[in-house]
Amino acid sequence: MLDATTHPALPARPGVGYKAQHYSDIMEDSGPLGWLEIHAENYMGDGGRPLAQLRHLAERFPISVHGVGLSIGGEGNLDTDHLGRLKHLVSWLNPASFSEHLAWSTHDSHFFNDLLPLPYTAKTLSRVATHINQVQDTVGRRMLLENPSSYLAFAESTMSETDFLRELTQRTGCGLLLDVNNVFVSATNLKTSPQAYIDDFPLEAVGEIHLGGHDEDEDETGAPLLIDSHGKAVVDPVWALLDYTLAKSGPKPLLIEWDTDVPEWPVLADEISRADRALALITS
Amino acid sequence: MTVSQAAFKTAILDPAAAVPTGIVNPDGAAASKRFDVYRNNVAVSLSDALEAAFPVVRKLVGDEFFRAMAGVYLRKHPPKTPLMMFYGDAMPQFLGRFEPTKKFGYLPAIARIELAMRHAYHAKDVTPADANALTAVAPDALMSTKLKIAPATQTVTSDFPIHAIYLANTQADAPKPVMQPEAVMITRAGFDPQIHLINAAAASCIEALKKGQSLGQATATADTTLDLGVVLGLLLAQGAVTEIY
Amino acid sequence: MSNATKTLVLASAVATAVAGLSTTAAAQENVKCFGVSLAGENDCAAGPGTTCAGTSTVDYQGNAWTFVAAGTCETMELPAMADGSERMGSLEELDRDLPA
Repeated sequence: MLDATTHPALPARPGVGYKAQHYSDIMEDSGPLGWLEIHAENYMGDGGRPLAQLRHLAERFPISVHGVGLSIGGEGNLDTDHLGRLKHLVSWLNPASFSEHLAWSTHDSHFFNDLLPLPYTAKTLSRVATHINQVQDTVGRRMLLENPSSYLAFAESTMSETDFLRELTQRTGCGLLLDVNNVFVSATNLKTSPQAYIDDFPLEAVGEIHLGGHDEDEDETGAPLLIDSHGKAVVDPVWALLDYTLAKSGPKPLLIEWDTDVPEWPVLADEISRADRALALITS
Repeated sequence: MTVSQAAFKTAILDPAAAVPTGIVNPDGAAASKRFDVYRNNVAVSLSDALEAAFPVVRKLVGDEFFRAMAGVYLRKHPPKTPLMMFYGDAMPQFLGRFEPTKKFGYLPAIARIELAMRHAYHAKDVTPADANALTAVAPDALMSTKLKIAPATQTVTSDFPIHAIYLANTQADAPKPVMQPEAVMITRAGFDPQIHLINAAAASCIEALKKGQSLGQATATADTTLDLGVVLGLLLAQGAVTEIY
Repeated sequence: MSNATKTLVLASAVATAVAGLSTTAAAQENVKCFGVSLAGENDCAAGPGTTCAGTSTVDYQGNAWTFVAAGTCETMELPAMADGSERMGSLEELDRDLPA
């Protein structure tokens, strides 16, 4: 068991999505890196190197456990086996933060390994709120919920995403994880304003901010279709949106996410430095 | 116009299915290419997971063939849990039944080895028993002595030279496989799984010990092909014995 | 084999096994390594765009499977079946089982 008092909260500093190939780089010279995020599901084995590495990392850095498979937006009941695994990991590691997504990925006992979208209605709001309460009760702590990347809309939606998220924080006491790249991707894809989204977002509930790269495509009408691939550097308009957000929210823990075509450490270190400068800009 | 997750799921896995009504672009029109983003995410991410899980099977059948086969597999066997590190547990049976691969009798066993390596990698950490404790057991008591075997320890037995095939596809300069039955044991001393050539008699003895049978019971039906000294030596050297009782 | 003989065989096997251990190098525990876990991990990234992986129907009864596999099955010269009596295990032979 790790010391429960070592890492009370994520610091308002840059963090990075941990990849095993960067273990030595991170342990040798972490620079402005203030914390690490892991994907919960990759540490749900019984033992071996992944858990040993995590134990070593947790002695040096605050850790954020970011779940990618709980299917909180699912129509069916939450997978209690999976919820049990999350509870086990969180109680063993005692991380500085625990977060999941506003999305679904499991239906009828089949898992699709993708964050699938849901309509925003009174019915889905009530279902998601019930699930968040169940997660927080089981895991025994407050969770952060992340805004998704949207590629399409549901004709049946009756609420905006920001209203939906705000209502969830009020009903469940959960916090939010604001992914500004997702905001940019969704706003471009759905032809809305990313700044207006930030203006309308309950920033007081934000416990963490995500930044990542996206791919550019277009739909059959020739309209831009951005895809949240996490395989590139963060683009300038997203950095600008981060500055816009931080100016309103104050300093927050900032995460660089790079999950596909993962580069050598110096490339990530550059992104981390840029996030550090964005934080310095508002604290100076 | 509610889009059920059942309808969403069906359309994701079946490219020929229509995009569910009620899914729209920002202008309110139907959004088929936008829906394809999700179709693609699911197919690509699950195919990637299978490629990562079965590098030797992939090498045996070729990249292009494997990718196409993964597309069939993922639709027939979508994951049942969110743990991608264990995805593909139906691959041995699938390879044995899938028309284009079923004539390659060794593929299922190779897939079983790859699953075993992965399970060994994530298996519970153990503390090996002190091997000298075994020599301290009185000869008369050895027959009823039991060995607790580390959970990473697994065996695969085949009519094919699976150890040689595995080596020929993972190591440079490995000799060309010669047709003969082979068995392997996977262990994990430290953090990296290891594959060892054993024989069928050794595999059956190890599986019996894993089930909690005594040394006497585990060797009761063995023929002369069982070299118990070698089996015990390998188990002890690999830290695969965690308790002698 | 009598029980006494079995006990003797067992005792001798144990002696052989333990005697051989002193020469075996202890396993290195290297936490820094990458390991095999790198594959098949969960993440929250999307795949690349709308490529055909998600949108093409793969029909293994049809032409999709007649391409020549470039795998090492081709070069191993092992019999396809355990009794050795069947055709050689070359994937090129797939072609003849598939409708054109």
